[in-house]
Amino acid sequence: MSDPASKLIRMAGQMADFFRSQPDRPPAEAVAAHINDSWTYRMRADLIAALQAGAKADPIVRDAVAFITLPQDVPRGA
Amino acid sequence: MKDFIIPDRDMGTPAVHSDTIVSLTVDGIKVSVPAGTSVMRAAAEAGISVPKLCATDHVSAFGSCRLCVVAIDGMRGTPASCTTPVAEGMVVHTQTDDIARIRKGVMELYISDHPLDCLTCAANGDCELQDMAGAVGLREVRFDPGANHFMQREAGALNPEYRPKDQSNPYFTFDPAKCIVCSRCVRACEEVQGTFALTIEGRGFDSRVSAGMESDDFLSSDCVSCGACVQVCPTATLIENKVIEIGTPEHIVKTTCAYCGVGCSFDAHMRGEEVVRMVPSRDGKANRGHSCVKGRFAWGYTSHGDRQTQPMIRENIQDPWRVVGWDEALDFAASRLRQAQSDHGRDAIGVITSSRCTNEETYLVQKLARAVFGNNNTDTCARVCHSPTGYGLKTAFGTSAGTHDFDSVDDTDLALVIGANPTDGHPVFASRLRKRLRQGAGLIVLDPREIDLLSTPHMGEGLHLPLRPGTNVAVLTALAHVIVAEKLYDEEFIRSRCDWDEFMAYAEFLADPRHGPDEVEKLSKVPADLIRRAARAYALAPRASIYYGLGVTEHSQGSTTVMAIANLAMMCGNIGVPGTGVNPLRGQNNVQGSCDMGSFPHEYPGYRHVSDAATRTIYERVWGVPLSDEPGLRIPNMFDEALAGRFRGLYCQGEDIVQSDPDTSHVTSALAAMDIVIVHDLFLNETSNYAHVFLPGSSFLEKDGTFTNAERRINMVRRAVTPRNGHEDWEITQMLANRMGAGWNYAHPREIMAEIAMTTPSFSGVSYDLLDREGSVQWPCNADAPLGTPLMHVDGFVRGKGRFIHTEYVATEERTGARFPLLLTTGRILSQYNVGAQTRRTDNVVWHPEDVLEIHPSDAENRGLRDGDWVRVASRSGETTLRARITERVAPGVVYTTFHHPATQANVVTTDNSDWATNCPEFKVTAVQVSPSNGPSEWQEEYRHHSEIARRILPEAAE
Ligand code: SF4
Ligand code: SF4
Ligand code: SF4
Ligand code: FES
Repeated sequence: MSDPASKLIRMAGQMADFFRSQPDRPPAEAVAAHINDSWTYRMRADLIAALQAGAKADPIVRDAVAFITLPQDVPRGA
Repeated sequence: MKDFIIPDRDMGTPAVHSDTIVSLTVDGIKVSVPAGTSVMRAAAEAGISVPKLCATDHVSAFGSCRLCVVAIDGMRGTPASCTTPVAEGMVVHTQTDDIARIRKGVMELYISDHPLDCLTCAANGDCELQDMAGAVGLREVRFDPGANHFMQREAGALNPEYRPKDQSNPYFTFDPAKCIVCSRCVRACEEVQGTFALTIEGRGFDSRVSAGMESDDFLSSDCVSCGACVQVCPTATLIENKVIEIGTPEHIVKTTCAYCGVGCSFDAHMRGEEVVRMVPSRDGKANRGHSCVKGRFAWGYTSHGDRQTQPMIRENIQDPWRVVGWDEALDFAASRLRQAQSDHGRDAIGVITSSRCTNEETYLVQKLARAVFGNNNTDTCARVCHSPTGYGLKTAFGTSAGTHDFDSVDDTDLALVIGANPTDGHPVFASRLRKRLRQGAGLIVLDPREIDLLSTPHMGEGLHLPLRPGTNVAVLTALAHVIVAEKLYDEEFIRSRCDWDEFMAYAEFLADPRHGPDEVEKLSKVPADLIRRAARAYALAPRASIYYGLGVTEHSQGSTTVMAIANLAMMCGNIGVPGTGVNPLRGQNNVQGSCDMGSFPHEYPGYRHVSDAATRTIYERVWGVPLSDEPGLRIPNMFDEALAGRFRGLYCQGEDIVQSDPDTSHVTSALAAMDIVIVHDLFLNETSNYAHVFLPGSSFLEKDGTFTNAERRINMVRRAVTPRNGHEDWEITQMLANRMGAGWNYAHPREIMAEIAMTTPSFSGVSYDLLDREGSVQWPCNADAPLGTPLMHVDGFVRGKGRFIHTEYVATEERTGARFPLLLTTGRILSQYNVGAQTRRTDNVVWHPEDVLEIHPSDAENRGLRDGDWVRVASRSGETTLRARITERVAPGVVYTTFHHPATQANVVTTDNSDWATNCPEFKVTAVQVSPSNGPSEWQEEYRHHSEIARRILPEAAE
């Protein structure tokens, strides 16, 4: 079993694999939109924190961070 | 609602569809019927019952008994009315002196070879032979008792014609002594069920009904125990054991099967509060009078001794259970849930509902999370089966549901069946499809395993594409590649219903050789030529339909596969007309409904996102509380969060997540880390081993509500007996909610449905009154479609234009290698259902006492395995043991098992991989190693030990 952060990165990476081949919008935005729609804010915050801490990820996932939203009262990053 | 028994009138021969209407006179009454109708049916339309024995409207006429003779002006002799078609201007007489004499003679012959023990016969009062003897005025039998089939001994000697009862089937008995050889059973098995298990052997006096070969009994024959033959048998020859035991029923309660997504309608035949038998309803729009062994016979679990009827609690999961009153249990549950929230935050608790629960129950449970817990932590077990269907079809077409009704199968010219095993998983649908195949429709099967559908008799040959597990997207994209390359697509449809430029972009994507059959053959092991033939067959069939199951969704690319399927249907114009469409075969009875009812963490009822302010306002107004706009946790995320210490409390209704979710040890350690787990179920299921509160549930026979089947059909479930646990399930949820301050006061599920209709546009026309009146309706049901919608996307897609989505194949991370060289895939079998909690507690176990591992002979030989050996199956998640069955149904490199038995725990080996879009677990692909073993694995031993400890119940203190 993998640790929670790398599991989130793996899930985001799977999304990147799908959206990479979609022509209709930039994949990073599409991945972020999918994450905003379906992940809790804690999972989103954890993903952002992990990436900011330098975790390896698909470039699309890294670019997606800019488009991932968080509730106002949740700090962005570690 | 209780009806008195008004037997569905048997019209004698099946209805005929024709545009030509023929008029005739029967006994002076004028009647008009479609051309091709039998004289017998025309008479029945005129209100006249012609005596009959071998005819029934369940099956086509055979004309063997000659009891139904009539006189027709201008026609010589006395033709059999069941086999004579009507003609314009015909004048029919159903009773003349001649006819009366013939009929008496016929009956006399039958009765002379029939035991006259009517008073003690199980069919007494429900026997057509009795009825006919009365109808024809039989008063004496002039033949001397001679050679016969019913006397065991004659003049001290054994009667060579006598055969003893066949009681091998646990649910019905075959007593050859009472058989009149009308062949109704044989025809029902062929025409209705499609199994061909029965034959008439011999001729004349020697002829008798036989199941399978001469050496077979019903159990060892091909019989699948669907009960169709029992239903049509006019005598006590084939009869339900329960009727033998109890007697004839006295009233009927109409309800719906609680097993699979076909959603068969049933008449519960009752005597008092005892169910005598479940008979599939003739007017059931999903099943049209047919059923399978589960719905027809496997309901004994509702009164099984393991059923728990009292609430129980305990401090720790190692403690024994303590039986308590409802108040104490609910107070304990509510205060622990609130405690978890005050210690760990509002988001620290959540709910899981089951797709076995009714719509009303599911609606209340998600309302509990959203309105009472104040978060959106609600999920359903549909997550682990069909969530990709919802996502994929919503993206492509605009609705999260199948497009057609089951009746549509009667119009299909070709069925493409993907990742489904309908004869086991969706038996009544399979029977309907097989009927169509026998009429000449084509069949393509995309599945790693050679499923039974392929071997059923049909015209022409079924194409089987035995792909490697995990390569669905590659093969479906290759089919699209061929269709585009060979210009077999439906340009007119695409131009009018989709976006042409978008299609061209997809065509360009497909054109790359990596999507061509030759490249895909390398990945999928499906010969390129077979891919080409399948693509042509699908594209060229005038009306081609797609039916798919969990073999599509339970993959890391499950959602992409659903989109690839939608693309195929759109490019060939196979949407919007009967006989076509994209139809998911839902696993459990209410998968569709539980998704519709807003049990997903990001969606309100009707698939509206929680961040959608307009929808949220509706619910805030109706529920009177502010609601969260943040998506909640999905089931797998709940486990991850529990292990991280942030998710502490769970209310789990009707779902056994320990057994049904992947990577069992991950699930159990997550549950063990929680402060409060509430299990609401019929039995102390596997999950209850990790629970602190057990709330006993009510079975489908004990409550009112609705289920929504795979065709979006909302069917009524009606209370036939008083809940053994004292409360219907929705009441229990309400009691728990009220302990937490909800202030709900629903008095009946109809009020819950009224709230659903008021808040959900696609349900706005639904009410219990409407359902009572119509029997069932298919959503959308609203002002535009007051009686519901059998076919969707007829004039346009719900989302406007259909969308072509690019479907790049991405190999799953679950790859075989030196350590785990085989691919394990999982499935179902007919007699068992899901984790087996219900079916294991019925006599269905005679067909499936344990789970086995199917393995190809060459893989078995490499490992020195023989049929029936114990084997160890290990993956990177865990290992388990079970017995091997060596078979060529699976390809080399692939092994297959079911997961109906907790002792096997196939999910100990499945992994936490999941669908990219929905986290639907990848049940269908796990890399494993198989080796000889001599007993249960360490995990199995440990688990058994914990189960024993966790299931102890303290004896109740004497008062
Ligand atoms: S078993 Fe029943 S249905 Fe079958 S031939 Fe005998 S009497 Fe007819
Ligand atoms: S129970 Fe069904 S399968 Fe078995 S013999 Fe009867 S009709 Fe055929
Ligand atoms: S299990 Fe499915 S096919 Fe069988 S009776 Fe129930 S709903 Fe019908
Ligand atoms: S009912 Fe017509 S021949 Fe038997």
